[in-house]
Amino acid sequence: MLSIKNLHASIEGTPILRGINLEVKPGEVHAIMGPNGSGKSTLASVLAGREEYEVTDGSVDFLGKDLLDLAPEDRAREGVFLAFQYPVEIPGVSSTNFLRTAVNQVREYRGLEPLDAVKFLSEMKEKMKLVEIDQKLLSRALNEGFSGGEKKRNEIFQMAMLEPKLSILDETDSGLDIDALRVVSNGVNKLKSNENATIVVTHYQRLLDYIVPDYVHVLYKGRIVKSGTKELALELEEKGYDWIKEEVDAAV
Amino acid sequence: MKTIQINKATQQFLQVQPAHSSFSNLRKTGLEILEQEGLPHIKEEEYKFTSISRKIEQQIQDYRSASSVKLSADQVSEALFSDFEGDIIVFNNGRFEPSLSRVSDEGYTISTLSEAASALLGTIANPEADPFIALNNLFFEDGIFLKVPKGSLVQKPIFLLHFNQAQEGQAIHARVLIEVEDQAEVTLLENTISLDEAAYFSNTVTEVKVGSNAHAHYYRLQNENKQAIVTNNFVTDIHRSATFTTVATQLSGDMLRNNLSLNLLESGCEGNMYGLYLLNGKTHVDNHTNVDHTKPHADSNELYKGILADSSRGVFNGKIFVRQDAQKTNAFQQNNNILLSEDAIINTKPQLEIWADDVKCSHGCTTGQLDEEALFYLQARGIGKDQARGLLLYAFAGEVLDHIAYEPFKAYCIEMVQERLGTQF
Repeated sequence: MLSIKNLHASIEGTPILRGINLEVKPGEVHAIMGPNGSGKSTLASVLAGREEYEVTDGSVDFLGKDLLDLAPEDRAREGVFLAFQYPVEIPGVSSTNFLRTAVNQVREYRGLEPLDAVKFLSEMKEKMKLVEIDQKLLSRALNEGFSGGEKKRNEIFQMAMLEPKLSILDETDSGLDIDALRVVSNGVNKLKSNENATIVVTHYQRLLDYIVPDYVHVLYKGRIVKSGTKELALELEEKGYDWIKEEVDAAV
Repeated sequence: MKTIQINKATQQFLQVQPAHSSFSNLRKTGLEILEQEGLPHIKEEEYKFTSISRKIEQQIQDYRSASSVKLSADQVSEALFSDFEGDIIVFNNGRFEPSLSRVSDEGYTISTLSEAASALLGTIANPEADPFIALNNLFFEDGIFLKVPKGSLVQKPIFLLHFNQAQEGQAIHARVLIEVEDQAEVTLLENTISLDEAAYFSNTVTEVKVGSNAHAHYYRLQNENKQAIVTNNFVTDIHRSATFTTVATQLSGDMLRNNLSLNLLESGCEGNMYGLYLLNGKTHVDNHTNVDHTKPHADSNELYKGILADSSRGVFNGKIFVRQDAQKTNAFQQNNNILLSEDAIINTKPQLEIWADDVKCSHGCTTGQLDEEALFYLQARGIGKDQARGLLLYAFAGEVLDHIAYEPFKAYCIEMVQERLGTQF
């Protein structure tokens, strides 16, 4: 589904990603871990198409298309979803209008009829249950005045509405207490299927107790320096990142 | 030299006026002020960012009001919007055009200024405050007097519709006097339509009196042609426990100067001013607003927002005076701008002068670019870049239009603003 080869990216001339290779197949959950500043969020941003990052080398193939060649909105329409680490507050844009515009633009791209108001609302009601989000929140401006947990829930709710093929969760767990973490993870798990895949970017192992990964990759200095199964995450939790840093630095 | 030009036009003009004209005093003081001061130039603080007088002096050959043009009922109905059911007052180059107006007189009366001979005329807008008021005093031919008598609730809004079409170098001086007597209520709408693309100079004076416990809403659209030079002088006296709200949407023109003054003359009254300017090309819009709190327990609220593209220019100057007697005043002012291009300019200046010591006043202004992070967020959800921009710009602008309480006109303004934001910004 997703094939990243030798991906290099920099911001304002500073290289951040220095040769990422990653293969993701339908139905899989990949966790990307690593110390602060290792490039985890950059990877998520580059995949979603954030313009500040310049891709200097490498390729990303998504379902046969050159992902790097697509505008951010077309990546979303193709089925890539980024759950933001810091969802943006947008005063004056109602959550419901925003979502309806988004859903219908995505549908149009996929050659589907737009959802009328009634169908859209019933779809919304259905998906709201997944993340236990309150209708009142959705009648407000997008993310405006939402608590941290509400913003993250709203991200997963949007994910449910847009039905992506590849979801990238960028530190969705940061700032969440255990109850909120359960709700959010539960939502993600219910959306999992054999056809879609998930990349979970996180600093902490705890999220992976709830969203269980098939593979765990450790990112350090812009490269994946270690890959393993979920046991690797537990090892990292126990021993920290220093031993990996030492290993890598010694090899250099 | 420029003063001479006005003098020559004046003499010609005064010759054709009947000697007993009820406006002769206004004309006389208008002329005196212009002879002394001429039109205001950029050396003067109030006009330092807006060289409108230079433009006028370069382009205007004849200050007298351009003659009326042919105007059809179809042109009038084209200027209406859906769901509008109220009365229509049509102006043809500043002159009242009764044959094309729709005046039911339900709850109000309308007459020409010369018929009405109201003692109010010229007492609200002080020509010494701005030479353009003096210029209008000197050159307006006639105008309308709209009166809402005591206790009358005008059910449907009244639409003042100005049609302007003058040859290049000609002037138009519309004059409107509105008296909302005690405990009366009315909603007024106003739009100005250029019938062609020729440059003209329009210099309007609107005087409004809102009597005790009366309530008036005044919603305006300025959408003149790209060549039009416009000075708009709007002065409102607000009396005890009365409220007055104005919402102005400014979309087009070459150079516009809006002088808006609210005089809060008695206690317990409220004045609200909202404005939205969406400028592109080389349009220059200058909003000078002035709120004068003279008595206790009065409130004023002001919000002006602007989106400026291309090499457009905006000026905002908001004065708030709180006199010594005006204790317990609440006065709030806000001006926010988005600049979409390197060449767009905004000069914004709040100016508060407070002599009372028990008041709540605040002001703030911001100028920024479109929020790129928000734009990316919308795009990342599948919304196309242009539409995402339109959504964000409208989200910014809509806060002003939300203050239009008459829904059909609000919908009309929203539609117009969204269309412009979607296609031209």
